[in-house]
Amino acid sequence: MPEKFQLPKLTFWKAALVLIALTGLYATFVRFAQGLGASTNLSDEFPWGIWVGFDVLCGVMLAAGGFTLTATVYIFNLERFRPIVRPTVLTAFLGYSLVCVALLFDLGRSYRIWHPLVMWNPRSVLFEVGWCVTLYTTVLALEFAPVVFERLQLERPRRILRGISIPLVIAGVMLSTLHQSSLGSLYLIVPQKLHPFWYSPLLPVFFFISAIAVGLAMTIFESSMTSKHFGKQLELPLLRELGRILAVVLLVYTVLRTQDLYHRGALKLVLQPSYETWLFLLEVLLGLAAPIVLLLIPRVRQAAGGLYLAAVLTLLGFITNRLNVSTTGMETSAGMHYVPKWTELAVTASIIAVGFAAFALAAKHLPIFSNHTGAPPEAGSRRSKAIFVEKKEEGVLVGR
Amino acid sequence: MSKSILYDATLCINCKQCEVACAEQNKLPYNETIAAEQKQSAHKFTVVLESAAADGKFMRKLCMNCADPTCVSVCPVGAFTKTAAGPVVYDETKCMGCRYCMLACPFGVPKYEWDKALPLVRKCDMCADRVSAGRPTACTEACPTGATIFGERETLIAEAQKRIKEKPDQYVNHVYGVEEVGGTSVLLLSSVPFEQFGYRSDLMHDPLPMLTYRVLARIPDLVGLGGMLLGGIWWITNRRAEVAAAEAPVRAHEEK
Ligand code: SF4
Ligand code: SF4
Repeated sequence: MPEKFQLPKLTFWKAALVLIALTGLYATFVRFAQGLGASTNLSDEFPWGIWVGFDVLCGVMLAAGGFTLTATVYIFNLERFRPIVRPTVLTAFLGYSLVCVALLFDLGRSYRIWHPLVMWNPRSVLFEVGWCVTLYTTVLALEFAPVVFERLQLERPRRILRGISIPLVIAGVMLSTLHQSSLGSLYLIVPQKLHPFWYSPLLPVFFFISAIAVGLAMTIFESSMTSKHFGKQLELPLLRELGRILAVVLLVYTVLRTQDLYHRGALKLVLQPSYETWLFLLEVLLGLAAPIVLLLIPRVRQAAGGLYLAAVLTLLGFITNRLNVSTTGMETSAGMHYVPKWTELAVTASIIAVGFAAFALAAKHLPIFSNHTGAPPEAGSRRSKAIFVEKKEEGVLVGR
Repeated sequence: MSKSILYDATLCINCKQCEVACAEQNKLPYNETIAAEQKQSAHKFTVVLESAAADGKFMRKLCMNCADPTCVSVCPVGAFTKTAAGPVVYDETKCMGCRYCMLACPFGVPKYEWDKALPLVRKCDMCADRVSAGRPTACTEACPTGATIFGERETLIAEAQKRIKEKPDQYVNHVYGVEEVGGTSVLLLSSVPFEQFGYRSDLMHDPLPMLTYRVLARIPDLVGLGGMLLGGIWWITNRRAEVAAAEAPVRAHEEK
């Protein structure tokens, strides 16, 4: 593997990265030296802002590709998706690690972040989320470790992890199911505070289904990005298939969400123009209507660009959804508007930047992408069944 | 049985003696500026609100010390406890500052020390140390008119209902806190609708923790079922591969 230092070609992005990092460092200083009051626009009326709404809720959601894809490949045995497992698990692992970092910023007393592990309150949704996220981050680390061991040529630990790969994957899927939905359950306790567009007894179900949709969209998005920036070939047939599944998941979500709104009598609120109506429509347009329409047009669904667009729209739509649930949907009951302070934005931007940089580093130095990327297209996927069997004997936990 | 506070707004004269006593009890600063503040905060656990119409109507706010408190149920580290005597107390050595209690409390009671580098949640704890020693709360002791009184919850509810019955034209026909979110240890009487002072009238009569408990209680079942299901699917899907693998040499043999 060539490890010579190359002159970076993305100079603009590097410069932007440095700038974001510097601002972020200063914001970090303000946060820890002066506290949450000085570094955020949070208040007694509005105790949770974008560090929870974006960094935690969206962070966990965007990392959902990890469990979606490991389940596809290992549980449902759809071997053809194996080439994209590694980058997806890497993204998930980075995502969860960064969620933990974001929590350090948001918690008033960060140094007590471990308290839920020893001070139990099983009646608390947040307690459950804390445990699941901790355990799942560990599972992701173990799922990704074989890649590192492979690079370091450590055969023994690699073999040990291979032995427990299936239980690990099952644990990961269970833990994800639990906390992805529980992030929605967090808001079950505020029936009077959250606007009826978003408050629903089905919140955990919606959060879970949308996590699957976002996991798929994120995988498409990521494959397109990496093919662009790391010169890897695009796994187009695979992405097409993912696009099809994404369309189905989105449709299921749409039907369920509409039924729920209708039964709760909230559907007619769409006709009354209000702050919440616009935000709700934005969310529906970006995350549901546009991607579904795009994915149902065969010409769009077949093209790399079309898939990419549909994926990005889905991501934006559900980011809007999470922000609506956590911040904007609460504004009316709080009797105020919440606009994040520059420090909040700077920290969030830095965390995102760190995520991108870490991914780029890992992609450069670790065997993330399979060698036979994009090798035999469609025709191969069916014929190569016999090869799978062999491959699995010597397979590693995460793809090959 | 558990203790409660009954506040009868029709007897209140806005002397703010309860505010003074509360500040003293909790070692909080108190001066004219703070006296004029019309909201609860990390340095003001109870407040006497004046109605916006300035028509001589008042209303107190303090932690309701709920019977099945939302704060107790949501806190991931169990920093809040409902004591048998009534008060809901906070253990500051546990709190990690997630502020879920602030988001969840239906009365918006827990407040945060936003200006501190290492903040804590602050709220009225119904003078837990006094109550456990058999004494009334500081605010009841300080109240000169008997607008705030202290006693057994059952006794106070009966007293409140009696007052409404005797002077129905003086009171809204509702003792706030008897049924709201499953009942609270603070009971309120008023001559004007409680909403005017920001008390919600749309609270359910079941404790809010029910809402999340219903979902959380399913988790153990879900884990068992899900684990089995996923394991089963894996076993089935891999069976095909195994069969193919096992058959390959046999077939090769047969072909010879
Ligand atoms: S009013 Fe709020 S803070 Fe007080 S006991 Fe009830 S839930 Fe807890
Ligand atoms: S802020 Fe403290 S007391 Fe409130 S829920 Fe979080 S850990 Fe518990």
